[in-house]
Amino acid sequence: MKRRVFTALLIGSAVGGAARLLAAETGAEVSVAASKFEFTPDTVKAKAGVPLTFVLTSFDRIHGFKMPEFGIRTDIIPDQETRVTITPTKPGTFVFFCDVFCGDGHEEMAGTLVVEA
Amino acid sequence: MQQSDRRQFLKLAGLAGVTFTAGLFPKGPADAQAGDFHFVQISDTHWGYKGPANPDAEHTLEKAIVTVNGLSPKPDFIVFTGDLTHTTEDGAMRRARMKRFKEIVSELNVKDVRFMPGEHDASLDKGEAFKEFFGNTHWTFDHKGVHFIALDNVSDPAARLGDEQLAWLAADLKQRKPDDRIVVFTHRPLFDLVPNWDWTTADGAKAIDLLMPHQNVVVFYGHIHQEHHHMTGHIAHHAAKSLIFPQAAPGNAPKRPPPLPFDASLKPLGTREVTISKAITITELPVTKA
Repeated sequence: MKRRVFTALLIGSAVGGAARLLAAETGAEVSVAASKFEFTPDTVKAKAGVPLTFVLTSFDRIHGFKMPEFGIRTDIIPDQETRVTITPTKPGTFVFFCDVFCGDGHEEMAGTLVVEA
Repeated sequence: MQQSDRRQFLKLAGLAGVTFTAGLFPKGPADAQAGDFHFVQISDTHWGYKGPANPDAEHTLEKAIVTVNGLSPKPDFIVFTGDLTHTTEDGAMRRARMKRFKEIVSELNVKDVRFMPGEHDASLDKGEAFKEFFGNTHWTFDHKGVHFIALDNVSDPAARLGDEQLAWLAADLKQRKPDDRIVVFTHRPLFDLVPNWDWTTADGAKAIDLLMPHQNVVVFYGHIHQEHHHMTGHIAHHAAKSLIFPQAAPGNAPKRPPPLPFDASLKPLGTREVTISKAITITELPVTKA
């Protein structure tokens, strides 16, 4: 089994939930690749109350991953897996974006998390 | 010059834009401080940009320089608050843009011109090229009883001032009296204007905390390509228009929208004149005379 590099492990909560320091072993995972100047996929679905772990990778340069409404951010280092777990507490649409300036197009590098009931 | 006199002059000169007067130094200047003066803030010129958001991009800056050169009396100094050039991953191209930008702004008839970087200038090489052409990315100076501080929140691509610069700021502020008049220049907003659009500074709150004990502080910044006014406690923050294209109003969509469509009148663009006396008067200047 490929060893995962845990460069950042943060758990946020959308509205009023407490942050935790360890990822839940249960819950969903989604792989998101960062590259200039997009996230793939750029729309991710989750269920309220179910932990969701983003497995983030980059193959071109350092990018950022930030979700202010969940109080999380991390660098995405090339050729590493960076795992970030959140637990949405209510349905809604939330933004994630790159917060490490990466060139002409950086401002458009964003995605959407859709949380369903 | 009295505020009313200044407004009258601007009308006569055909330059009057929106004038905004605020009690920006809420406690008033210390008795020992004196001397009314004005300066011009120019921001986000993005020299080198090519695209539909401004088909006039090669000429807008030159037009604005003609307008600023028409101000009388002349401003004491001019400050560029970042994004002098549009970003490029080609270091040679970045330097070519900075060289050409410097040539263009050498036409300003005010010779005290000060520069600070935006993320387009400095984030891809941590300010290396900027320093070659324009010097330090953060600095201070004093002018007629006002202490000016330029903070660099862009050379770190993650938009951090960083502990070293914050310590430098703290050391500088220790030398100031509580009622000294202090003007801060930044590129990005120090406060959380729209976190989801990354219109913030990662550790900007630490700078605001350092400034908060000082009674007479005002911040001028750029980055958001539009006039905007905000208070954090007694500290006023004033964003300037751009000279390349306007951006959407803060927070009017979940994701940051693309630049607004080009307006051939250039009215959404401009510079600003800041008059400092007991109050501060901000007059938004158009790119060209009406």
